[in-house]
Amino acid sequence: MFLRILKTTWAWLDARLGISDLIVPMMTHRVPPDARWWYVFGSATLASFLLQVVTGVMLSFSYVPSSGDAYAALQHLSHDAPFGRFLRGLHYFGASAMVLMVGIHALQVFLFGAYKFPRELNWITGLLLMGLTLGMGFTGQILRWDQTAVWSVVVAAEQAGRAPLAGKWLARFILGGGNVGGATLSRFFALHVFVLPALILALVGAHLHLVLRNGISEPPKPDAPVDPTTYRQDYAALLEKTGRPFWPDAAWRDVVFAGGMIVVVVLCAFLYGPPELGKPPDPSIIHADPRPDWYLLWYFAVLALLPPAAENVFIVFAPLAVGVALLVLPLLFARGDRHFSRRPWAVASVLTLLVMVGALWRAGEGSDWSPDFAAKPISQKVVASTDPLVQHGAQLFFSKACIHCHRIGNDGGRRGPNLTDVSERLTQEQITIRILNGATNMPAFGNILKPQEMEALRAFLESRRRYVTSRQRAAESKTPGDK
Amino acid sequence: MKLEKITRRRFLKGFSLGLAAASAALVSVPVIGSILVPLFRRQPEVWRSLGHVDSFQVGKTVSVVFQNADSLPWAGVTAKNAVWLRRVNETEFIAFAINCMHLGCPVTWLPDAELFMCPCHGGVYTEDGEVAAGPPPKALARHPVRVRNGEVEILTMPIPMA
Repeated sequence: MFLRILKTTWAWLDARLGISDLIVPMMTHRVPPDARWWYVFGSATLASFLLQVVTGVMLSFSYVPSSGDAYAALQHLSHDAPFGRFLRGLHYFGASAMVLMVGIHALQVFLFGAYKFPRELNWITGLLLMGLTLGMGFTGQILRWDQTAVWSVVVAAEQAGRAPLAGKWLARFILGGGNVGGATLSRFFALHVFVLPALILALVGAHLHLVLRNGISEPPKPDAPVDPTTYRQDYAALLEKTGRPFWPDAAWRDVVFAGGMIVVVVLCAFLYGPPELGKPPDPSIIHADPRPDWYLLWYFAVLALLPPAAENVFIVFAPLAVGVALLVLPLLFARGDRHFSRRPWAVASVLTLLVMVGALWRAGEGSDWSPDFAAKPISQKVVASTDPLVQHGAQLFFSKACIHCHRIGNDGGRRGPNLTDVSERLTQEQITIRILNGATNMPAFGNILKPQEMEALRAFLESRRRYVTSRQRAAESKTPGDK
Repeated sequence: MKLEKITRRRFLKGFSLGLAAASAALVSVPVIGSILVPLFRRQPEVWRSLGHVDSFQVGKTVSVVFQNADSLPWAGVTAKNAVWLRRVNETEFIAFAINCMHLGCPVTWLPDAELFMCPCHGGVYTEDGEVAAGPPPKALARHPVRVRNGEVEILTMPIPMA
């Protein structure tokens, strides 16, 4: 009885709304039979976007987009609001999933040569979606309105400020004025919640339309180059002969993968929670250590490792050049082989990209170029000397900030060379010259140190050999083969 | 007769498209204006007191908090800013902007080392704000300083750009 009423109601609605007429052809359109697990990343990206929309809307119920109040609202959301912490975690790991999935999807499409005719616009809209996803990631990190967010905005404005002609105006647009203030957070909120999602929705619509119009690309085969004059006929013949309906023959894999991804996101949110808020967004708190979220760490490393002379050109033109190159890629290479065994340059460029981003990401995670302001004075055990001059030198090594950039044992920064055994590498004279004159990344201490301080510091560094403590010597004597 | 129909259609097409374009143009004036006009507005500058002259020791560099010039009522703590104020002698003060000239991160003054150091990419400056090491392309920016009625005052300014 109940089922009959339900069916009748649905039939009445469907006759008027035309839902079946709209959806059924989409769901049952024919796809190549061997489009298997490689093809699940696009739908997983869409699923993670939908997750972001849902969790984002829920977060917005409690979020206050005001520079003065957002931090308190976030504290409440994270520690007092029911499920607030869980929702923040879902949104954070959902963002990570979206970035990861859109990246893998782009790599798969590139490696499969699926951007070639007739899918050039699929690639271009997808590329714009990837850029918008990174934009959402950055603006989302800013909405976590703590000290790191404030300084991230400043760093973004400084980069924009280097653009020729319009740099200063771009920086003002980002900051909402000359400094971080009341107008800053509002614009990032508007971008993150309205502008970018609206663009994403529009482009997702266009992208899906193109996927339906041009069909899911068949997995590439060696020696089957794309010829725009015959491709559409060949593709239609392939679907006619061996094509399967998208639902459920192919879609079940999308559902399984996207479902698994969401389970992982939920588990991560539950087990690890969202990133903790840092200090309040007070620009007058000078001691800061801003870091971007993981997906932008590689770019953070790029900014640190670039030669200063190349910075302006790189910061402004490199993203532009990479963007344009990727956008025109399908226009330049619309025809020809799609299989990776016939495209060694494509494989090499993907491998290079992965190695580069991986290495930069690792470097960004370590941030060895950042001084270690948390370094503690060198312990007596590490000093391992009763000589007052050496002991004074050890104190100076800390107080004169050497330790912020140099390691002694397990303490100190990594910006400069490790000085644990410096006297085995450098002579007394070389040590003196380096301290007095400095180097590219080290200030000259010639005008800072008094002669007796210089002597003490040199004595301390000269005492730095590989095994300076009796315990280390004992450990060494137990494992003679390691020496 | 046929010609008349086409003329009418053409008129309606042109009229509809023209009206839509005019409506869009009308709305776009405040939309685009709200984005662009603030960019070209002159940045307000005001003198802010940092404290009485006697509260700063000769030869010392200290951080002092002040209020930005263009702070909005809802800015809360983001309206605050800081400078590194150095008292050079009895009459001379230097107020360094806290922003590293590399990418704007806040530099820290290390009094024993007599250096400013940036936490982001390791830029180092001397006590005079000159670049001592690392990636900064320029010396630390300075606020104009004056002493009026026994108070040290600085002129506010936007975040300095390299």
